[in-house]
Amino acid sequence: MSNIKVELKKYQVEQIKEICKSFGNNPDELINVLHKVQGTFGYLPAEVQEVIAQELKVPVAKVYGVVTFYSYFTMLPKGAYPISVCTGTACYVRGAETVLQEFKKELGIEVGQTTDDGRFSISCLRCVGACGLAPVVMVGDKTYGRVSPDMVRDIIKEYSD
Amino acid sequence: MTVKKKHILVCNGTSCQNVAHDEIFNNLKKELQNHGLEESAGLVRTACFGLCEKGPVIEIFPDKVFYVQVKPEDAKEIVEEHIIRGKPVKRLLYNEPETISGKESGEKARFKRKQIRIALRNCGVIDPENIEEYISRYGYEALGRVLDEMTPSDTIRIIKDSGLRGRGGAGFPTGLKWELARNNQNDQKYVVCNADEGDPGAFMDRSILEGDPHSVIEAMAICGYCIGAGKGLVYIRAEYPLAIERLKIAINQAKEFGFLGRNILDSDFHFDIEIRYGAGAFVCGEETALIHSMEGGRGEPTLKPPFPAQSGYLGKPTNVNNVETFANVPVIILKGAKWFSSIGTEKSKGTKVFALAGKINNVGLIEVPMGITLREVIFEIGGGIRNGKKFKAVQTGGPSGGCLTGKHLDLPIDYETLVAAGSMMGSGGMIVMDEDDCMVDFAKFFLDFTVEESCGKCTPCRIGNKRLNELLDKICKGNGAMEDIERLYNLSIVIKDTALCGLGQSSPNPVLATLNHFRNEYEAHIIDKKCPAGVCKALMTYEIVEENCVGCTACARACPVGAITGERKEVHRIDPRLCIKCGACLEKCKFNAVIVN
Repeated sequence: MSNIKVELKKYQVEQIKEICKSFGNNPDELINVLHKVQGTFGYLPAEVQEVIAQELKVPVAKVYGVVTFYSYFTMLPKGAYPISVCTGTACYVRGAETVLQEFKKELGIEVGQTTDDGRFSISCLRCVGACGLAPVVMVGDKTYGRVSPDMVRDIIKEYSD
Repeated sequence: MTVKKKHILVCNGTSCQNVAHDEIFNNLKKELQNHGLEESAGLVRTACFGLCEKGPVIEIFPDKVFYVQVKPEDAKEIVEEHIIRGKPVKRLLYNEPETISGKESGEKARFKRKQIRIALRNCGVIDPENIEEYISRYGYEALGRVLDEMTPSDTIRIIKDSGLRGRGGAGFPTGLKWELARNNQNDQKYVVCNADEGDPGAFMDRSILEGDPHSVIEAMAICGYCIGAGKGLVYIRAEYPLAIERLKIAINQAKEFGFLGRNILDSDFHFDIEIRYGAGAFVCGEETALIHSMEGGRGEPTLKPPFPAQSGYLGKPTNVNNVETFANVPVIILKGAKWFSSIGTEKSKGTKVFALAGKINNVGLIEVPMGITLREVIFEIGGGIRNGKKFKAVQTGGPSGGCLTGKHLDLPIDYETLVAAGSMMGSGGMIVMDEDDCMVDFAKFFLDFTVEESCGKCTPCRIGNKRLNELLDKICKGNGAMEDIERLYNLSIVIKDTALCGLGQSSPNPVLATLNHFRNEYEAHIIDKKCPAGVCKALMTYEIVEENCVGCTACARACPVGAITGERKEVHRIDPRLCIKCGACLEKCKFNAVIVN
């Protein structure tokens, strides 16, 4: 598990319990619960998983197994402006790799990491389905199409002040 | 209701929506209001027209005029010139890129020719958030007819006779699947729609759900009636927020209109649909894995039998079909098995939706009859290769498929011929590659994907693919030996024969296909230590041509690692031991003095 230690506040524990309850504490709904909790907290640290396991009456190992199985779930907090570079096939053949390299170089972090100031994180995603705009980069909910390496600096600049 | 003389259809698919869709729509609305045209001209948000490359796209109906790459500020001109004066705005008209035959061109987009739209019949034509528009296009008529006049077995016979096969990739006969689920008696059965489109570069399921969600809902209800299921589940990727939103709206509308719920259309048939979210796992496209994921667990596949038709979701008989398969069903019921089976080839009937992407001029979504040739798809509908480059290969079937080359261009596309050629239909992604793509690197790209997406349950897939990937990496880095080709080949065969599920069994396909068709590229990497396409960085060397170098120092200043040395006005040199092959010097040099080998 990740090394990050989080101390959950009482109201946060209540929030998680509330979400579990809204799905009837049904273990079959685990994935839906995780979606909802990640939507609220931004990520799923071990401590959060423990609360969910307790509520749904399943082993923590099962929750951890599901969280780590699916790429959508993350145990690490993302940056304030999460940068996702699409590395689907269409973007790949149109040069997504060089765009990704440029982001890594500019921000000095690797895929899956967050900058020290917590502003940016980089992740790869598989096909947002906007292949006509390849290569595609998303920053939060905003999509940038036909991105070339020399656009990278300007994109980062938009979020730097 | 007044009859509208003209309709402006604004594409609201994911690709177009991402580029200023709202502004364009609002500006058009404002312009129509300014000229008092709200009554006589309709403004509709539709879904994907399929011409994603040229987005944002607008169509004026009934004139069949396409406007492409429209900007918000164009709204005024479109309304004033076209809607009021009836003169199309020439500069925004769709102009085709030169194609190989280069004969006809003009407003009648070649993109639309040769296409038959069945699964996509309503995409880009109706407002997907308005059930009445679907109904006006014979929507829910098939469901009505089935419930009114036909028995479940009659209905299944039509689907069987039509020859419809699963569009998710494997091509299993749909009617037979329904029959198997019907024959398993149980008090509770399930209909599942597989909308976990994981193949990177395929976006047809998303477009159907965004553009015509009701066709899928109607088909699921028909399937429920046939197999005796009261509940439907749509398993959809959480990464498709727009499709989820539209599907939710559609389900609610269908309930309101009595097409879902209890006693549908006054029959004694009850059917409801719920949505389940995927969380990003390619293997969940496999039906047993998908079912485990819906049950809240890790999406790991299990051995078949038992098939889902015997024991599926929560241990009950379950029928899983792909989105595109479902979208075909209502039309088949209405137009008959004979009509449907008249389209296509002997064993593959009907049409197939393909997502064209990669180095092709018209990136987008197309629907073509089975049996069409790759040449027609790539060079006529797809408008040929970008920037006048040479066609090299096309990957069909995504990470599970293989590549087809120039010699396959005249092959009629159907399930059997693609498999015989070493590829597969897959879900319909078609990635076109040109001379600048390295096939070894491309095989590695897919193996990277498979290694990441392998669920880890069975050894051949978990470890075998990792080893394949390492061998490819070795070759790409210039450390390969000729025996590695043999190793790749043998290991691929073992994985194919022994992996547990469809993902593992098909994962070596990209390796085998590139080995078969581009063995010379592998050999160039191994023997000559060269990447013919100039993609594999480790095999490239940057050099400075003495005659061209004027000693401007631009390259030395650009080099991030200080690998370039030389005094002002003297010839510079690149130290190959320090060079990281980033290409910065090549970019900066104005005298063509930097070359790549």
